Amino acid sequence: MNIAHMLARKGGHVFTVRPEQTIREALAELATRNIGALVVVDENDRPIGIISERDVVRWAVLDEHLFGRTVRELMTKNVIVGSPEDDLKSVAHTMTEMRVRHLPVVVGGRLVGIVSIGDVVKAQRDEYEGEVATLQIQITDDRS
Amino acid sequence: MTQPGTEAQPLRVAIIGAGPSGFYAAEHLLSHPEIVVEVDLIDRLPTPYGLVRYGVAPDHQKIKSVTAAYDKTAANPRFRFFGNVEFGKHLTREDLAAHYHQMLFTTGAQTDRRIGIPGEDLAGSYPATEFVAWYNGHPDYVNYEFDLQQEAAAVVGVGNVAVDVTRVLLRSPEELARTDIADYALEALRESRVREVFLLGRRGPAQAAFSNPEIRELGNLPAADATALAEEVELDEASKAALDRTQDRTTMRKVEIIQGFAARPPGGKPRKLVMRFLVSPVELSAADGHVAGMRLVHNILQATSAGTLVAKPTDRLEDLSVGLIFRAVGYRGVPLPGVPFNQDWGVILNEKGRVLDPATREPVPGLYAAGWIKRGPTGVIGTNKPDAAETVANMMADVAQASTLAPTEPGAGAVEALIRNRQPDHISWQDWQRLNEIEVQRGKAAGRPRIKFTRGEDMLAALGR
Repeated sequence: MNIAHMLARKGGHVFTVRPEQTIREALAELATRNIGALVVVDENDRPIGIISERDVVRWAVLDEHLFGRTVRELMTKNVIVGSPEDDLKSVAHTMTEMRVRHLPVVVGGRLVGIVSIGDVVKAQRDEYEGEVATLQIQITDDRS
Repeated sequence: MTQPGTEAQPLRVAIIGAGPSGFYAAEHLLSHPEIVVEVDLIDRLPTPYGLVRYGVAPDHQKIKSVTAAYDKTAANPRFRFFGNVEFGKHLTREDLAAHYHQMLFTTGAQTDRRIGIPGEDLAGSYPATEFVAWYNGHPDYVNYEFDLQQEAAAVVGVGNVAVDVTRVLLRSPEELARTDIADYALEALRESRVREVFLLGRRGPAQAAFSNPEIRELGNLPAADATALAEEVELDEASKAALDRTQDRTTMRKVEIIQGFAARPPGGKPRKLVMRFLVSPVELSAADGHVAGMRLVHNILQATSAGTLVAKPTDRLEDLSVGLIFRAVGYRGVPLPGVPFNQDWGVILNEKGRVLDPATREPVPGLYAAGWIKRGPTGVIGTNKPDAAETVANMMADVAQASTLAPTEPGAGAVEALIRNRQPDHISWQDWQRLNEIEVQRGKAAGRPRIKFTRGEDMLAALGR
């Protein structure tokens, strides 16, 4: 299982925000879409950062007027990105170790999808369940 | 119109593709006590089980026993099978919309990915899946021919299909004669002159996709010695570091097994497997229009920012003298007429199994996908069970929201009449059970699990049609 397989069943939706948009707008988007992060893209749709609910919470403690600030001010700039051939095992390991919950997926600079830690957990669960189901059939060999 | 799902008005579902995902979806659909569902499972081929029959290797009968679970689903009185009926030819999306509340596509990944190198299409170079379909008796492939007069062969890739093809090439005729391999393939492989098979992985032993039981099996073939090159199975620093970090015991064991091959003294078996790692084909060379060799580039491993070790070519080249090549570097789904497709990933455009409109990216009511045509070719057979469960859960949620198709002729009889009209030679589940009995009976006499029918006309003749 690799990232391509995880994205294939996600419909290709990636929700993005522009750096000059306000935090208010970004939060509205997060709430409407019921998601935890937005990829920040430039005018050519190239990913330049990511903004997550966690970023906003951290800033809110320091600044009560953050809603009018721009996404550019709050976003995480050094984003770890994935590519479609990245395998589930290493992605799971990297996201856990680096405490990253969203991995934008990029091909030749173009944003093609995003993998969340929830997607990773689901993919791992499906893989284990599938292996167990297959093994069960093979050991019971129930032809009754 | 009242909501379907009652005795008086059952929810009518058509599933296109009778492989594992089709059967798992049917099983999930028929297991909802609160809603009455009728399932028609439709397949282009006369026989059910898809890749279990035509993909799983003939020397892996135990894996094929998964069909017992599918037979249980088929025994449900609300289940019907229509084999030899092709979506897009005998039935269109419009036909299905007139007869069913929901249609679910489980058509798998039917085509090979290309390597993209010069010479790929030379005579003697074949997609591995064609060879697999051929030796398994797939009706579309019975007339294919493979040049088994070559002594050295290369199999590109280290996934399931690559390993299966390698094993079949290296088994003796006596071993194959105990399986349900197609008769014509058995005869052709009896005459095979292949003595040496190179199995080529672009990454190292720690990244190879095959499972440990598969690799052990390759190491213990009765008629072939397995070997590897010491310098290619020694772990590089990046792989070592990754294993140290993850402490992944399965992978460590796999590496040990492969390193064991490299350390073995030369054996005396008539055939030989050479496992190669960190090499990629860059070009096939020809003599008289036929493959004569393969140019390889040696790779090193580099970590992506997400931590995966990927192959990067060096400038070190090598020429391998082989006259037969099987390419097993991945598969892709094939678009279905009238169904949105996602070219990026080679799957039906979908979100968690709901087919999406390409323009709006909103779900198309009544259309669904499961299995490889939904997520791409990955996982073991059983992985399709949770995958189908996800799609079926969404199908049920949509029924509850009254978001289904509105068929004008939802009766089970109406569609049967239509199918009979469009394809008089359709195969029912009862027909299949009869064919299955005959195959198994024929096999018994020969000490084999079964002797397969490989031509549609032979199946119809056996049914007295």
